[in-house]
Amino acid sequence: MTLTYHAFADLETDTPAIDVGAPVVTRRRRTVRVPRPVRRLTGPALLLGVWALLSGTGEVSKDVLPAPWAVWSAGWHLIQDGELWHNLSASLVRVGVGLLFGIVIGTVLAIIAGSVQLGEDLIDWTVQLFKSVPHVALVPLLIMWFGIGQEPRIILIATGVAIAVYVNTYSAIRNVDRDLVEAAKSFGATRWTLVSQVVLPGSLPGFLVGLRFALASAWLSLVFAETINTNRGLGYLMSQAETLLQTDVMMFTIVTYAVIGLLSYSVVKVLEHRLLRWRTGYEGS
Amino acid sequence: MTATVLRRAVQVRRLSRSFGERIILDDVSLDIAQGEVVAMLGRSGAGKSTFLRAVGGFDREAEGVIRVPDHRAVVFQTPRLLPWQRVLANVTFGMKSADRKERGRRALAEVGLTERADAWPGTLSGGEAQRVALARALVREPELLLLDEPFGALDALTRLKMHGLLIELLRVHHPATLIVTHDVDEAIALSDRVVVLDEGHIALDARVGIARPRHREAPEFAALRRRLLGLLGVQESELEI
Repeated sequence: MTLTYHAFADLETDTPAIDVGAPVVTRRRRTVRVPRPVRRLTGPALLLGVWALLSGTGEVSKDVLPAPWAVWSAGWHLIQDGELWHNLSASLVRVGVGLLFGIVIGTVLAIIAGSVQLGEDLIDWTVQLFKSVPHVALVPLLIMWFGIGQEPRIILIATGVAIAVYVNTYSAIRNVDRDLVEAAKSFGATRWTLVSQVVLPGSLPGFLVGLRFALASAWLSLVFAETINTNRGLGYLMSQAETLLQTDVMMFTIVTYAVIGLLSYSVVKVLEHRLLRWRTGYEGS
Repeated sequence: MTATVLRRAVQVRRLSRSFGERIILDDVSLDIAQGEVVAMLGRSGAGKSTFLRAVGGFDREAEGVIRVPDHRAVVFQTPRLLPWQRVLANVTFGMKSADRKERGRRALAEVGLTERADAWPGTLSGGEAQRVALARALVREPELLLLDEPFGALDALTRLKMHGLLIELLRVHHPATLIVTHDVDEAIALSDRVVVLDEGHIALDARVGIARPRHREAPEFAALRRRLLGLLGVQESELEI
């Protein structure tokens, strides 16, 4: 949609009207429109600039904070000899499996608690109880119970994910418009139709908020999970670098976490955009 | 009463409903014949909506006997469309028949919204959304149509247009209809019979003997309006501004 907006000041001073993308009041001076992705990257770029400046001027020692280019060359080295992918893929698998279990468990529990009174009584308080415990505190226990294999790592990630998904989806289900449910029932909806066409789509926005928290939680859990006697994974890479005092590798791992975090955030954003089209009436192109 | 001539579609006997100490409906009995349009008027809080909800089967706490046909459909005060389903899917919601899409499109055509079949409800105007709600009700070919202040949330101009549309739709589909409203003109314009509910009792049950098309300025229209407004507690002096 485009709108040509004439502010009175423009007409008086004979400034040519300009086409603006949104209803923004055009001032006398023409503003340059910077594309949104570029604007969004301004913050990170600024941070990088300050970092480079501090390193370049020798303001901070490279043992404390290595220069961006040093970090990049260390990273490039890790990429080239396959070290990064070797570790990253292991972490991705853990997060992926943990997410899968966590999302399924969290969603199923939320549906049961959200639609059946008995379910709510049995599940809700129990999950809320778990919610108040920082789930990473479970690490030592999980090791005692499940040993040092993959299980405790996946369980840790899945627990955090399930809680985040449950809490948000459950409250979304509870907040689905009662009037819509009543109307649906009046048109003879079966229980299944009610759940699949009214309750679940209605709680989708809440679920997606939960998913966003879940992804953040998954990567956080991973850091803790990979402190457990690992020999592969981003956490392993990090602790190795720590032992060898390779601050550049440590920095590169942190940057990797950050980039992945941002990527998962944008995946959810894309999902929201696609699944919640009805909110804006946006038809796509 | 002509109810002996026409077959009964709705039979309500001694319906009572109270919320705590407050008695909303007190032994109300009412019949609606097949194809008959009954308008129920009343001041706010008179129990109109409570009555309709009981007849629609939404209220399990009410006491009394209610007999209604199996095929019922309701149009609520707000459209209550599912925002995540497109207009056509909303119209055919819950229907199982193989030709439901075709029937849905026909119903949309009847309310003049053929071209909005694929739109999201969020993009419709208030009047359009309520027309979709009408299509959703009529596509089921109900034997009983319940309308709960269906045009109360619309602006006056749109409301007038909706009256014309509803009269036309009722003429074609001919369900037994109960329309709850507080708009006296709306009640007279649409119905065969007007019922006034006051303090839980039926204060008036009268046939609207005005031939169609009805003119709001006609003397008999004005006379009935005056009488109904009187029953609803509006003084003669209050009609003059």
